Amino acid sequence: MGNNKPAINYDKIAEMGSFKQLVKKKNVFLWTITVIFLVAYMLLPILTSFTQILHHKAIGDITWVWIYSAGLFVMTWGLAHLYVSKANVFDKEAKEIIEEYERGVK
Amino acid sequence: MSPIAIIMFLAIVGLTLVITWWASRRTSTATDFYTAGGGLKGWQNGLAISGDYLSAASFLGIAGSIALTGFDGFFFSLGYLVAYLVVLYIVAEPLRNLGKFTLADMITARFDKSKVRGTAALSSIVIVLFYMIAQLVGAGALIQLLLGIPYWSAVLLVGFMMTIYVLFGGMTATSWVQIIKACLLMLGTVIISFLVLAKFNFNILTMFSYMSTATDAGEAYLNPGLKYTNGIDTISMLVALVLGTAGLPHILMRFFTVKDAQTARSSVIWATWIVGIFYVLTIFLGFGAAAFVGKEAIVAANPAGNMAAPLLAQALGGDILFSFVCAVAFATILAVVAGLVLSGASALSHDIYGQIIKKGKVTEKEQVVAARVGSIIIAVISIVLALGAQTLNVAFLVSLAFCIAASANLPVIIYTIYWKRFNTNGAVTAMLTGLISALILVAVSPNVWNPEAGKAIFVGDPLIMLTNPAIISVPLGFLGGVIGTLLSKESDEAKYREVDVKAQTGISVQDVSH
Repeated sequence: MGNNKPAINYDKIAEMGSFKQLVKKKNVFLWTITVIFLVAYMLLPILTSFTQILHHKAIGDITWVWIYSAGLFVMTWGLAHLYVSKANVFDKEAKEIIEEYERGVK
Repeated sequence: MSPIAIIMFLAIVGLTLVITWWASRRTSTATDFYTAGGGLKGWQNGLAISGDYLSAASFLGIAGSIALTGFDGFFFSLGYLVAYLVVLYIVAEPLRNLGKFTLADMITARFDKSKVRGTAALSSIVIVLFYMIAQLVGAGALIQLLLGIPYWSAVLLVGFMMTIYVLFGGMTATSWVQIIKACLLMLGTVIISFLVLAKFNFNILTMFSYMSTATDAGEAYLNPGLKYTNGIDTISMLVALVLGTAGLPHILMRFFTVKDAQTARSSVIWATWIVGIFYVLTIFLGFGAAAFVGKEAIVAANPAGNMAAPLLAQALGGDILFSFVCAVAFATILAVVAGLVLSGASALSHDIYGQIIKKGKVTEKEQVVAARVGSIIIAVISIVLALGAQTLNVAFLVSLAFCIAASANLPVIIYTIYWKRFNTNGAVTAMLTGLISALILVAVSPNVWNPEAGKAIFVGDPLIMLTNPAIISVPLGFLGGVIGTLLSKESDEAKYREVDVKAQTGISVQDVSH
C-alpha cells in the first residue's frame, strides 16, 4: 500500500523466459535438497527399527546411532547455510527479472 | 519455597509485566497486535521462534525422556530440529511473500473464498487448542509441584498471566517475552550442561562409558528401542515431528513479524542454530539426570520425567540453580501459551470475524477490539478445557497437534505454492481430509483405548496400533487435495501466475504486507 506504481502485470512476468528459468532452477534445487534431507532423516528410524547395524559401538562406548544423529545435526546446519547462500543468488536474479520487466513497461 | 526462589519468580514475572506495559503503548493497530508491526529484526525473530519452539515439552519433556529412556528420548530432538529445514526450504519465504496475518491469508491469496479461509481457520484453532491444553495441563502440574499450590489455581495463574501479556502487549510483548525467555533458557541449559560435563572431566567418551552401566537398562540405554518398540509407530511419529512444524500456526505466524523474505530466512537460520545447540545439550541434561538424580527420584517427582532437569539443577547447583531453572521453566510456559493464544485469536478474529462475517469491512479500531476479544475467548476456552483435563495423559495431545498440522496444513501450503491446477475445492478437501482423518485415527488409537483400566481414556481394544497416525493421515491429506481438485473443473491459471510471481520474486511485498 502507499506506492503509486502502476498495477503489476503478473502474466507478463510469468511469461518471461528469465522468470521461467529462475522458477525451474529454484524448484530443482529446493526439491532435490528436500528429498535428500528427508531421506537421510527417515533412514534413521528405519535402520534402528528394522536392523541392528547402528547399535554397534563406534568410538569408545558411543554407538553408531549417536554418530548418525550428530550427522543429522551437522547436515541441518550445513543445509541451512547452503540455502541462504543459494537464496541470495536467486534474490539477485529475481531483482534483475523485475528490472527487466520494469524496463519493458516504460 | 526458599526466599531465593520467590525472588526469582517475582523478578521474572515483574520483568515480563514491564515489557507488556512498554509494548502496550506501541500497540494501536491490528498489525501491531498480530505481527508487532512487522518490524522484528532477523535475530530477534530467530530468538522468538526458538522461544515459541522450546516449550516446556522440549525443555522438561525431552530432558526427562532422555533421562528415562536414553536414545529414544533423543528422537524428539532430531525430529524438531530437521523440521526447520522443511520450514526453511519449502514454507518460510513464500509464506512471507504472500501472507499478512495468518495461514489463511496465504491460501486466500490464491483462492478468494470464505470456505477456504474458514477451513484454514478451523484447522488452526483445533491445532492451537490441542497444543494449548497440553501446555496448560503440563504447566498446572509443574507449577503445582514448584509452588505447592493446587492444580486449579496453578492453571488459573498461568492462564491469567498469559491473557495479560496478549491482551495488553499483543505480539510485541509476546515476542520480547519469548526472546528473553529463550536467552534465559539457553543460559540455564548451558550452565547445567557445563556442570554435567565437569563431572566427567569434560570427556564425552567418559560420559558415554559411565552411562553404559549407570542405569538399569545397561548398554541398551545408549541405543534406541527402550521405549519405542513398534517400528512403524516410531517412523509415523518422526513423520509427524518433521512435517508438523511447517504447519503449526504459532510458528507460521512468526514469519509475518518480519518485513520481508530475507529477514524471514535469516530468522530461521538463527532459530536453527539456537534450537540445534539446545537439542545437543538435551543429551547432557538427560544423561546428567539419569546419572546424578537417578530414575527413582525422577519418577517419584513426576512419572513422565518432567522434573528431571530441575532436579538435576538442584543436584549440581543447589537451591539457587534449582530456583533459577524453575523460574525459567515458568517463563517458558507463559511465553509459549501466550504465543498460542495469539495465533488462535488471529484465526478467530481476523479470519472468521473480520474476513468472513464482516467480509473485510472492519475499521482499524474494530480490528483491534476483535483481536482482543478473540484472545479472551481462546484463553477462556483453553483454561476451561485444561481444568477438566487434569488427569488426561497429555503427551499425545502435542503429537496430535503436530500430526494435524502435518496432515491438514502442510499439503495445502505446498499445493498453493507449487501446483498450478490446485483449486478451491482441493484446498478445502485437503484440509478437511487431513484434519478429520488425524482426529478419527487418534480416536481409535491406543492413546484413547486400552484393555487395561486407567491406562487410556476408555477401556477397550484400539482399532489401530499406531499412537501417532501421521504415516496414514499425511498421505491422506495430500491425496484429499488431489481428489478434491480433480473433482472440480474450476481452475484459475491467471491467479496462479500472480501467486507464483509474488512467491518466487517477492515483488509487491509492499502490497501484501503493511
